[in-house]
Amino acid sequence: MTREEILAGIRTRFGEDIIDFFDKSPKRVYIEIRPEAIVRVGTYIFSDLGARFNTASGVDSRTTIEILYHFTLEDINLLISIRVKLDRSQPEIDSLTPCLEAANWVEREMHELLGIDFRGHPDLRRLLLPDQWPEGVYPLRQDYQEWDEEAVRDRGV
Amino acid sequence: MKETIIPIGPYHPLQEEPEFFTLTVEGERVVNIDVRVGYNHRGIEKLSEMKTFDQSTFVIERICGICSTSHPFAYTRALEDIISMEVPRRARYIRTIIAEGERIHSHLLWLGLAGHFLGYKTVYMWAWKLREEILDVMEMLSGNRNNYAMFKPGGVRRDIKAADLPVALGKLDSIIPTLEMLRKAVLDDPVLHARTQGIGVLSKQDAIDFSALGPTARASGVARDVRKDCPYGVYDEVEWDMIVTANGDVFDKLVVRIGEVFESVRIMKACLLNLPRGEIDAGIADIPPGEGIGHIEAPRGETFHYVRSDGTNRPVRHKVRAPTFMNLPTFKTTVKGATLSDATIILAAIDPCYCCTERMAVRDPEGRTLGDGYDLIRLSQEKTARIKRKMGNK
Repeated sequence: MTREEILAGIRTRFGEDIIDFFDKSPKRVYIEIRPEAIVRVGTYIFSDLGARFNTASGVDSRTTIEILYHFTLEDINLLISIRVKLDRSQPEIDSLTPCLEAANWVEREMHELLGIDFRGHPDLRRLLLPDQWPEGVYPLRQDYQEWDEEAVRDRGV
Repeated sequence: MKETIIPIGPYHPLQEEPEFFTLTVEGERVVNIDVRVGYNHRGIEKLSEMKTFDQSTFVIERICGICSTSHPFAYTRALEDIISMEVPRRARYIRTIIAEGERIHSHLLWLGLAGHFLGYKTVYMWAWKLREEILDVMEMLSGNRNNYAMFKPGGVRRDIKAADLPVALGKLDSIIPTLEMLRKAVLDDPVLHARTQGIGVLSKQDAIDFSALGPTARASGVARDVRKDCPYGVYDEVEWDMIVTANGDVFDKLVVRIGEVFESVRIMKACLLNLPRGEIDAGIADIPPGEGIGHIEAPRGETFHYVRSDGTNRPVRHKVRAPTFMNLPTFKTTVKGATLSDATIILAAIDPCYCCTERMAVRDPEGRTLGDGYDLIRLSQEKTARIKRKMGNK
């Protein structure tokens, strides 16, 4: 399938779920969808289109929590980023892990670093943060405050 | 049979990436594995948000000591994706040369350590001696043996001197015969076949499901390489082959990596011979608001960076995903069913920056240590010696 056919296919199949369609460059496409549709869209791109799951980037944009799920279609050199925007006070979304094993670790990572709850994830243990890290403190949120008064940290510039 | 839990890790002074494996074994057989990472989590993504775009290049370079070029390469490409620009041609050649030099020394480092784990000290010594030659070349070209600091948004920081080109080409030519000898010695050895063939098999379907990357995926028959699929640098201008094998066992991962060393030498030589004249830096003044993605093929697989800018001089968000993050979970399928003496080399086969296989402690219910530190490697080396005896060559 060509690039145009694939993108047209996504548009017709998920027309109602797509909020914004941004064709940035020949190699990059950003599609914003409703959060409820993520499992359908994700499995379609991964299984039916045969894409590779790169990773997901969680972003705190102060008003919402965004997740970008990045997929690469290797045959046509196209990187599709599926964007969802979640309620910042209680970010929740269905987990991709039950049908897409590759998303397992990155969802665990976003869960602890950004406080996103992935419904249906089989194993939401901590991945990176140490055991003594307090519950409910999410280091990648923009309003993160230093909690450990004894720690000596380089504050950067 | 009673299950025993064997913890491996988390720390070893030689490893730059501590990891903690919990192996559940029944007798000699591994029935389950759990991996815990994060011991080396330094919060670099957060740190990068506090630095300016130029400073971040240096922080990013220090994520890993071995693939110190991959991260700045992916990061600068993400910034260039925000601006939708391409760097000057000479800079692209220099970037490719540095990236391939890194791949050669990284693969040779792995080969040496794999030899060490299997009890082949000769392979270990030869591979690391060859690696020295490459590090010398890199030192001559960039000024550093590691952490080359060659990358900047928009180009490279330093030019390669014309006088250095013939010396570098001569060195690359001189390592080929030794490399060829090493390849023959490794790939024709019946004992090595017995130790690595059919061990730790990652099936093609599993490699796709886990989205495995780099040599780990290519050894399982998945023809996946960012250099071919989404060309960057000058990989679409020079001739080279992607090495893909079908079986997915440890031996095939060995074959892929050795083959890639030859291909990397080929790419590096072609770039050094055809280095064009011109600018090396496009001179980026500032980064406009927007988001960009850079992904490149590191020695272990695809390195992925996502950067968002709001028009200030610092990134709002900088997401880093290293290849081992995707390759590590494949242990769930490859280690299960293997024997303890094979677990060492299977864990090492994806090249996870060597995760502390030397810190095992098996304890009985009273807390007495039955086996300690170096036992796992010893087990693996004894098995090789046993096979050697059986085959009649000592």
